[in-house]
Amino acid sequence: MSLKIVVLAKQVPDTRNVGKDAMKEDGTINRAALPAIFNPEDLNALEQALKLKDAFPGSTVSLLTMGPGRAAEILREGLYRGVDQGFLLTDRAFAGADTLATSYALATAIRKIGDFDIIIGGRQAIDGDTAQVGPQVAEKLGLPQVTYAEEILNLDKKIRTITILRHIDGGVETVEAPLPLVVTVNGSAAPCRPRNAKLVMKYKRALGAQEKAALMQNGAELPYADLYETRPYLNLTEWSAADVDADLDQCGLNGSPTKVKTVMNISFQAKENKSLTGSDNDVEELVVELLSNHTIG
Amino acid sequence: MMNNIFVYLEIEGRTVADVSLELLTKGRKLATRQGCRLEAVAIGSQLDGIEAQVLPYGVDVLHVFDDPKLAPYTTQPHASVLIRLFKEEKPQICLMGATVIGRDLGPRVSSALKSGLTADCTSLEIGDHADGKTGKEYKDLLYQIRPAFGGNIIATIVNPEHRPQMATVREGVMKKEILDPKHPGTVVKHKVADYVPDTEYVIKVIDRHIQKAKHNLKGAPIVVAGGYGMGSREGFDLLFELAHELHAEVGASRAAVDAGFADHDRQVGQTGVTVRPKLYIACGISGQIQHLAGMQESKIIISINTDPDAPINAVADYVVVGKVEEVVPKMIKYYKAHSK
Ligand SMILES: Cc1cc2nc3c(=O)[nH]c(=O)nc-3n(C[C@H](O)[C@H](O)[C@H](O)COP(=O)(O)OP(=O)(O)OC[C@H]3O[C@@H](n4cnc5c(N)ncnc54)[C@H](O)[C@@H]3O)c2cc1C
Repeated sequence: MSLKIVVLAKQVPDTRNVGKDAMKEDGTINRAALPAIFNPEDLNALEQALKLKDAFPGSTVSLLTMGPGRAAEILREGLYRGVDQGFLLTDRAFAGADTLATSYALATAIRKIGDFDIIIGGRQAIDGDTAQVGPQVAEKLGLPQVTYAEEILNLDKKIRTITILRHIDGGVETVEAPLPLVVTVNGSAAPCRPRNAKLVMKYKRALGAQEKAALMQNGAELPYADLYETRPYLNLTEWSAADVDADLDQCGLNGSPTKVKTVMNISFQAKENKSLTGSDNDVEELVVELLSNHTIG
Repeated sequence: MMNNIFVYLEIEGRTVADVSLELLTKGRKLATRQGCRLEAVAIGSQLDGIEAQVLPYGVDVLHVFDDPKLAPYTTQPHASVLIRLFKEEKPQICLMGATVIGRDLGPRVSSALKSGLTADCTSLEIGDHADGKTGKEYKDLLYQIRPAFGGNIIATIVNPEHRPQMATVREGVMKKEILDPKHPGTVVKHKVADYVPDTEYVIKVIDRHIQKAKHNLKGAPIVVAGGYGMGSREGFDLLFELAHELHAEVGASRAAVDAGFADHDRQVGQTGVTVRPKLYIACGISGQIQHLAGMQESKIIISINTDPDAPINAVADYVVVGKVEEVVPKMIKYYKAHSK
């Protein structure tokens, strides 16, 4: 038995480089204004999937992401590391989704992918830190979930169970769960392998439909146009809400029970403070003051 | 009476977690404001007498689900209890700790009930809301307040149409306060099999280790915290040295944790630990809102930063403009010299 694995990954704004105009009026993030990266814990998740593929030859790893056209970058990054096929779920109808609407959309796409034994994602995405999408996808698909996974210790194909080491508050536990299931992987798990040079050569021209359209703006010709006919794997699959039979009432802003009421820019009323330099004199004075008022010592 | 406020109790061994008691305290205030009851849900094994830990926080009804199979925690049985109970009771609000368990359970329950869930709230209030598009007015919603992404921004989230309004809160964010040691409350013991079909017990816990916490960051009277400006894990050694001298604990910003300078359990902030020490020394920390959320109630704050305009300086009592690698060794030196 080979395994069918689906990896969930998100393209996220790099929170280390947040500019001032990162928020739109409605309180959602203006992703276009930020550099985009592969969500770090999703890379840990991808590694767990690729390890299973190594251990069970003949297994396939499908990578599913949701986002704008440029999120096809996530699929290429996956393909460079050994993913077999990628799917970009992309539609204006998905915009403004909270975690519930996001998990609904992902669950419909996973159903469309169909046959799967394990769905693996990162524990959480750095732009929200909510850790909600994994469990919500599991619930929508009626599957068990194992969150905060550190390592997949064993997978017994015969009795279809998986053994996972996971984090709990103040410790770790080992659990045994039946397949199929949803696993979310912690950032402390094994880091993802680097890109494979051969696979980079193979897939570097892979493009999604929206990326192609962008290249062909104003009547420009698509570079290497014939390649996309002779090498069909260079055409990355994009799915719309209609392609996955999503109920529009459950997608995007419509399907999001949480609404951003207000977004407030807070500026702290600067406290009355004492400003010092790093000179010996100043630091000594500070230490003496803290000692004399019993803050330290 | 229906539409009450529910708190999920996290129970380790036979002890209710602090975060749950903090939420009961908050829940009590919200319930009084809303004129409704505060209810708590205890799910686990050997829960006899658990009410003694819970009712004093002002709990009116305690729902108990006691079965050996319900401990240690596994997702589906606990989710199944809450989903069925909430379908019957129709709570207006449900609060949970933003712990590993709360973050595993909350989304599963919210997905099944199609209700909204806001993670890591730093404040909860009650207020009205008018929908900008439909003009519809909503009275007395739960304002779920949390730092938002990008700059020093605080977002207020509401769930106008869906119930329960669900939120998670980290330990230490809310204060824990007994209302009345003799608060009268009802204990309702439920038949577990009515709420959890056997098919929900699918995950087996085969081994479990709880380590004693390596440090007591939460309760430390002095915290020496480092940020990305510490430059490296070795840079943090300097902070451990200072902390050792001051009998302090070491904290970190998320950027420092992400960069591998410090361990994750030392992260201070909205998605880390909340601290209220008498002294907080922020070394090479810029002071984004998510960080401030976890330390701004410190009594005295010292910021050591090369940037005189670092946002953290606005909440600081002392600002030392300088390089941490120079200032911290001087602090150690002069502390040693004068503390004798
Ligand atoms: C959903 C979400 C949740 C988050 N939760 C948290 C959280 O819980 N806790 C948290 O901390 N952050 C959190 N963050 C991240 C937060 O927004 C900031 O990115 C982070 O706090 C920045 O850390 P920092 O101040 O160490 O790094 P930076 O912002 O990079 O600041 C480094 C500082 O060091 C100073 N510096 C540089 N070199 C030196 C030197 N030699 N000497 C002295 N000073 C120097 C610089 O002037 C600068 O002020 C969260 C973000 C998101 C999106």
